[in-house]
Amino acid sequence: MGSFTASHVIVSFVASLAPMDWSPVWISLKTSIVATAITFVVGIAAAAWRAGRASPAMALVDGIFLLPLVLPPTVVGFFLLLLFGRNGPLGKALLQFGATIIFSWTATVIAAAVVSFPLMYLTARAALEQLDPRFLQAARTLGASEWRVFHAIALPLAWPGVLAGTILTFARALGEFGATLMIAGNIPGRTATIPIAIYFAVEANDLQRAIAWCLIDVVISLALLGALYYWSYGQRPSRALWARR
Amino acid sequence: MVLRAAPEPGLVGSTLMALEIEISKRLPDFTLSVQFSADEQTVGILGPSGAGKTMLLHCIAGLVRPDRGRIVLDGEVLLDTDRHIRVPARNRRIGLLFQHYALFPHRTVAENVAFGLPSLSADERLNRVRALLERTHAAELQERYPRELSGGEQQRVALARALAIEPRALLLDEPLSALDTHLRSQIETQLHETFASFRRPALLVTHNVEEAYSLGERLMVLSRGQIAAFGPKEAIFRHPPNLEVAQLSGCKNFSRMTAVAANLIEAIDWNCRLQIESGGSITSGHVGIRAHHIDFLESHDAENAENNVFPCWLVRSSETPFRITLFLRLHRPPDGSGAHDLQAEVFKEKWERFRRRPLPWHVRLPPDSLFVVPD
Repeated sequence: MGSFTASHVIVSFVASLAPMDWSPVWISLKTSIVATAITFVVGIAAAAWRAGRASPAMALVDGIFLLPLVLPPTVVGFFLLLLFGRNGPLGKALLQFGATIIFSWTATVIAAAVVSFPLMYLTARAALEQLDPRFLQAARTLGASEWRVFHAIALPLAWPGVLAGTILTFARALGEFGATLMIAGNIPGRTATIPIAIYFAVEANDLQRAIAWCLIDVVISLALLGALYYWSYGQRPSRALWARR
Repeated sequence: MVLRAAPEPGLVGSTLMALEIEISKRLPDFTLSVQFSADEQTVGILGPSGAGKTMLLHCIAGLVRPDRGRIVLDGEVLLDTDRHIRVPARNRRIGLLFQHYALFPHRTVAENVAFGLPSLSADERLNRVRALLERTHAAELQERYPRELSGGEQQRVALARALAIEPRALLLDEPLSALDTHLRSQIETQLHETFASFRRPALLVTHNVEEAYSLGERLMVLSRGQIAAFGPKEAIFRHPPNLEVAQLSGCKNFSRMTAVAANLIEAIDWNCRLQIESGGSITSGHVGIRAHHIDFLESHDAENAENNVFPCWLVRSSETPFRITLFLRLHRPPDGSGAHDLQAEVFKEKWERFRRRPLPWHVRLPPDSLFVVPD
């Protein structure tokens, strides 16, 4: 009885794959990659700016930076809707250039980037603040500009932490659902990412499709995280070694 | 008599190849406040841990902002808080050797040394790196990573890296403290070489009396952020200006004293009168003698000796490979409390000659080895 059910599910699962619309895979990948790239730059920049600055005002800055992590994604999405909507301050400004963000692919990227930003910011900041300041000071006495101190010394030395932050960011972006649904909606072929597709498949009582998407999501996640690890450690083995010592 | 033109007033005190410092900086426990200048004579800065030595170097290098002050190097103003001038560290061209060398762990030795070089062609860069590493006897280490180097090798690479910017002044923070004893003398010799060819202001910070003496031509004693003494090292060791400098310079024996007559003092803690060579106008303070200046006399010499000879008893002793430190009690046998009046240091050979002699022994405190410091 149980085996009949299982094989039945597998057969109908494979059969259901054939006519499937694969666009959520590409949308999810594109969205996560672009959002991770944005968060990587902005998150590290924010972390570098914040690291080593201690003042009461910074607590407020931290609070704002970490809000997307603390708030339910739907709340973040709602705020973004207010911000980018027709009457929102940013939405109005963009409308003058003929751009609408809401319910576009750009909106999926914004949602994923905002929601994943705190993860990059927190891990990068922790990694930068743990650096031995003497390495940075040594670079300064050797004539390095602050930019060179950052990209030639601080970033490579903080790399293991930055990499961890990147992985977390990507994972969060790939799994983003709530905020995306609020500002990007479910437009097949444009804004429907895998998590959105799963939700609407379940809602339409299409369980086989939902399971299919779930499995595909697992495969994609594992493959990409594996590739990221392989790339980062394989790239400069001799330089990664010191960090693992 | 030859008449010479008087130096231009504006140039006095700001001669080339000189480093002039006048800074103050509030620290948690005290205020670092120093004023001095250094020329091509290496200055050994001696002070206990936490005296503000590293902070002083970091202020000069531009890594820490003093609360107020002025730093002039080779006539160029690097810092003047009154005129709101503050040249950033990267433009100061001051070489700083960090306490634990701070070599970049993700870069090879060659890349570390090349970091401070201006943009050059690859060939030229390689030549410069090789020349720098040869200068500090580290040429064979080029391709290694810092974690693959011993402490002494790291020190040599860090020195080459600091010299790469052709520094106008060199600051060394405890350059030998991270090294094994057997490496110290070797690195010490190399530092002498470096200083000899450098001939620019060099400051060397250490908590070790021997290092400060051997590497510095002039000596500065820093205590709780203040300069306690500054001058030729021989003079400071012979005639410390005060008790603290005498202690920091490694002197172990002190007694409170009052002057009795010209060149005669009463040593209160040692309970005796001592002839001294010159006490100046000091009427009360401390008298001191270094452990290795205490003389042990044969008994017949003791009878003939003219002054400063006292009977003493051995309380305990402690050995190093070649020397022995004897803790002595003057005038009377030990009372069991372990208290001692003097700490004497002698070579083992000499110790072997008199250790079997019956107590009391006779020590002489030579007048020319005694010094007095005011309260």
